[in-house]
Amino acid sequence: MEITLLIAAAIKIGVFLGVTLTLVSVCVIFERRFSAIIQDRVGPNRTMIPLSILGFKKDLALPIGGLTQPMADGLKFILKEDFTPSYVRKAFFWLAPCMTMVPALITMAVVPFGSPIEFGDLVIPMAVADLNVGPLFIFAIASLSVYGITLAGWSSNSKYPFFGGVRSCAQMISYEIALGLSVIPVLMMFGTLNLGHIVEYQANNGWLLLPLWGEGLTAERWWMLIPLVVSFFIFTTSIFAETNRTPFDLPECETELVGGYHTEYSSMKFALFFLGEYAAMIIGSALIVTLFFGGWSIGFGIDGLLPTGAWWVSLLHIGCFLTKVTIFILFFILVRWTVPRFRYDQLMNLGWIVFFEAALINVFIAALILAVPHIGYLAFGVCLAILLVITGVLFAIAKSAIHTPKEGTI
Amino acid sequence: MATIKVTRPKLSVGEKVYFGSIFKGMIVTLRHAFKSVMGKSRGADEFNSSGVGITMQYPEQKWDDELPEYYRGTPALVTDELDRERCVSCQLCEFICPPKAIKITPGEIPSNDEWSKVEKRPQEFDIDMIRCIYCGMCEEVCPEQAIYLRPDYIVTGTSRKEMVHGKDRLYEIGGKRIGLVNKWNELK
Repeated sequence: MEITLLIAAAIKIGVFLGVTLTLVSVCVIFERRFSAIIQDRVGPNRTMIPLSILGFKKDLALPIGGLTQPMADGLKFILKEDFTPSYVRKAFFWLAPCMTMVPALITMAVVPFGSPIEFGDLVIPMAVADLNVGPLFIFAIASLSVYGITLAGWSSNSKYPFFGGVRSCAQMISYEIALGLSVIPVLMMFGTLNLGHIVEYQANNGWLLLPLWGEGLTAERWWMLIPLVVSFFIFTTSIFAETNRTPFDLPECETELVGGYHTEYSSMKFALFFLGEYAAMIIGSALIVTLFFGGWSIGFGIDGLLPTGAWWVSLLHIGCFLTKVTIFILFFILVRWTVPRFRYDQLMNLGWIVFFEAALINVFIAALILAVPHIGYLAFGVCLAILLVITGVLFAIAKSAIHTPKEGTI
Repeated sequence: MATIKVTRPKLSVGEKVYFGSIFKGMIVTLRHAFKSVMGKSRGADEFNSSGVGITMQYPEQKWDDELPEYYRGTPALVTDELDRERCVSCQLCEFICPPKAIKITPGEIPSNDEWSKVEKRPQEFDIDMIRCIYCGMCEEVCPEQAIYLRPDYIVTGTSRKEMVHGKDRLYEIGGKRIGLVNKWNELK
């Protein structure tokens, strides 16, 4: 029994780590091809299968549209010179890339990739660790990656990387608050912190933002959509900020900071930063999909018709999950080429003045809507009025806090 | 100087909320993506697109037909209509060449030759294409109109030696050029 679970866990670790790393390379090829077609270009489309490095006479030219480009990219990273400048603080310089990559990969442990498989009388959940504090674990570990970036900036012993590190530190700490607060209405709605249970509930009762079947057709769920949509916007935007993607890529903006925190890095050490960033993006998409779009569930009540615990159902669900994650990755890339970079003070205003307050008020709205059956409509109205007054005061304070230049003094 | 007061534009509520504008922007980028996949990007026809975006895919498709007449590609030597060398190896191009890419070994025309009055012709004429900057000064300075910048631009090689164009190669690229050249005047 124990042994079976151990073996299952080992297999899951291997497979899901492999899947995540494969997704990183999928991200890279998508990033390059998708941004190319957005800009009316072609992108890398003629990478072959490099048989010639294995000693064959010719490369294998298949019409696969440059799908092997990530392989070539990876090979390039390995073969490049690993240059360490003489003025860096060596120990931290070496530590930093690992500290950005490892947390991003660890967080993958709690994400449910598919529905549980029944193996005899054992039920094996399709997450490496089926923790009861899933989202909290992810927030806790993911915020560790700020150490990697800050250390990289500091240990490079050079101005621009240092600026990048400091910016990243401030940015990630600011947006963690909005991230944590925005997810509270979602967790109040589910009443559980176990990601596996959250997805199962959504499979049976409608995705959070698409309550079209099961219990999702009740009026309460549709009223809840108001705070949940706000939650979704704040959460998604905060994920963008947390993963240092455009429009919040201030830690590494080339136009201002040369290369940001990884200016001094080369070869595999740079590749680890790269990997960590994309892994963070994948985990972000996975989290959005799991919380708001039903994780592995196919949706529309189809999951209820499928037999539970069969291996092929689980595989189908894993495929569904990966498809949804990929769609979100494409969304990330689309946003990158749509929204220009924020200025630093705009970023801080958005985080501290807009999102923090909005998320806070959103929590109370969600609580009020959930409380209607218990407190009745009169109390609900009174509470809503009080909330509106508080919101108004908060808005006034927030507006005075935003510094706007006077008319005619640009 | 007069002070010009610039007022910030007033934003409407919709613009202040920002999400609407982002959505509009996404539609623009998505439209570009779809159009370039369909090969219907703006300018795809004029730029002779390969079918994705407006890009022409280089080794298969080339822009040669559209090159202007004055295109400055590789420098090359030309012969006249009777296949006579125009170059008299005066070495002006060698001296003017800013990167010193040209190297000429002059040779004498023997006195029993029909054109012995021309006196000199190049024994060797090398242009190092790694050095050449395609400035066209050799063409400008040549008194005999013997060297021209041709519209060829593909100069490749796997060694430095291959990148040096010798006399044969230069005449091969240059070809014939018909027109008046003073030195072939038989009366003088």
